[in-house]
Amino acid sequence: MQTKRMTFNSRVLPYLLLAPQVVITLVFFVWPASQALWQSMLREDPFGLRTTFIWFRNFERLFEDPTYVNSLKTTAVFSISTTLLSMSLALLFATMVNRMIRSRDGYTTFLVWPYAVAPAIAGVLWWFIFNPSVGIMPYMLKMVGYDWNHRLNSGDAMILVVIAAAWKQISYNFLFFLAGLQSIPQSLIEAAAIDGAGRKKRFWTIVFPLLSPTTFFLMVVNIVYAMFDTFGVIHATTEGGPAQATNILVYKVFRDGFVGQNLGSSAAQSVILMGIVIVLTVVQFRWIERRVNY
Amino acid sequence: MVENDRWGTLLAHVILILGVFVVVFPVYVAIIASTQESGTFLRGVMPLLPGSYGWENYRTVILEGRSNAGAPPIGLMLWNSFVMAMMIAVGKIAISLLSAFAIVYFRFPFRMFFFWIIFVTLMLPVEVRIVPTFQVVASLGMLNTYAGLSIPLIASATATFLFRQFFMTVPEEMLEAARVDGAGPMKFFKDILLPLSITNIAAMFVIMFIYGWNQYLWPLLITTDDGYYTIVMGIQRMVTGGDSEPLWHLIMATVVMAALPPILVILFMQRLFVKGLTETEK
Repeated sequence: MQTKRMTFNSRVLPYLLLAPQVVITLVFFVWPASQALWQSMLREDPFGLRTTFIWFRNFERLFEDPTYVNSLKTTAVFSISTTLLSMSLALLFATMVNRMIRSRDGYTTFLVWPYAVAPAIAGVLWWFIFNPSVGIMPYMLKMVGYDWNHRLNSGDAMILVVIAAAWKQISYNFLFFLAGLQSIPQSLIEAAAIDGAGRKKRFWTIVFPLLSPTTFFLMVVNIVYAMFDTFGVIHATTEGGPAQATNILVYKVFRDGFVGQNLGSSAAQSVILMGIVIVLTVVQFRWIERRVNY
Repeated sequence: MVENDRWGTLLAHVILILGVFVVVFPVYVAIIASTQESGTFLRGVMPLLPGSYGWENYRTVILEGRSNAGAPPIGLMLWNSFVMAMMIAVGKIAISLLSAFAIVYFRFPFRMFFFWIIFVTLMLPVEVRIVPTFQVVASLGMLNTYAGLSIPLIASATATFLFRQFFMTVPEEMLEAARVDGAGPMKFFKDILLPLSITNIAAMFVIMFIYGWNQYLWPLLITTDDGYYTIVMGIQRMVTGGDSEPLWHLIMATVVMAALPPILVILFMQRLFVKGLTETEK
């Protein structure tokens, strides 16, 4: 990594400048992360009197535990549906807005602001709309003969959290898709039009492939978002229920660590989550140039 | 526009209006609900037109809160959120500017090592290391303090990375000219680098303010004293706290108050916000 050609000479100053950032990183990041690694190999008895070192036993237990395996599956379903739903809506809106000339900024303003809404608040909003006794959606669904109840039906609960999580993320995806669309040279599209390609054909053979770097980037960001930032959505609404149906990994770490006080298992889960994030980040940095080309 | 197709444009408008409807609907419902009286929700499905109790409901939540359910008045919670968001935004920007300056404008032993230590934090959100970070903060005696709310979240590399990228684009001649004129490093930083990065700082501020305001899990863990509750986590206490059916009109009034400040920030600084968002994620 390069610096400027010309630099300042000073022995002490650069270290002083770095000190605040590095100290905070060490105390609140490196230390806790290594604690998590260490604790993930310990087992504490229920009274916290004795701890034993048990190597990878915590990890083995996790994968033998049906609730953990179930939570893995739930997380996969949840993050894939959230990503698909919010990205496809955002792409649809972005292509439509990109056609507009005068009304572009107006629509953009309206579509952008949900980014500011906290995930927990997004959860509460949709929870209210879908509330079985006072909400509007269950009332309308009843008219078409569907009895909505996310407190009892696990499918309903999953749909609810997916909608809430995806709703908040639409604006983020929309902005990136719009920026991607605007960077596609108009001449390519005109050339295709002259060759007789219709709107639909132009979209799928030119625009969509040229968008693939944006799409891939957003896919990774959305999966990370759905896996980690949606804690608030779950905690403020379904609390993992009914019957573990929305118990995603991040929520389970919190539950086992703080409510269940099972520190060894919670630390092991943290380590697995860190692994997942690191893999996703590496994938994002490495793959993005290589696989997505046109 | 390549070809003129009227029906296509009309269809696009229809889709977008539907889209805007979907995006706005939940907040519309919240605003309507916050103007109803408490009895409305016992009678069944909520109405879709505003009621006349808005003023009263907002006055109640801001000044009294739901003292019987252990939730403080939201005036205090709004203040706490504001302090936390400001500390996170300002703190992040300050330490990131300094460290980016060190990394770009100095050569010193272990430069790469420090860069990687900082960069690694970019990858891991707080959510994945909740329990150990909580223990560290607890052992430092920082539970129920503003410092505990904000400092651990300042440790993130996004802003450092952005400023590093920006400093690399500052022309070399700036530094040469400054050195010819006899300016030391801090003078150069203060009088040349800072004024140049002002738009980047503002864009970063918008993003980080929203990030700080919307924190949920962290305040939930480290505040047990309701004098330090932030508004976003306070809502959860209102929804689940208490035995009776939730008081929807008050909850929704709180939701509106909690969502309003960051939404206003985005609406008024849309250009900076878009810039900050698209540049941090490169």
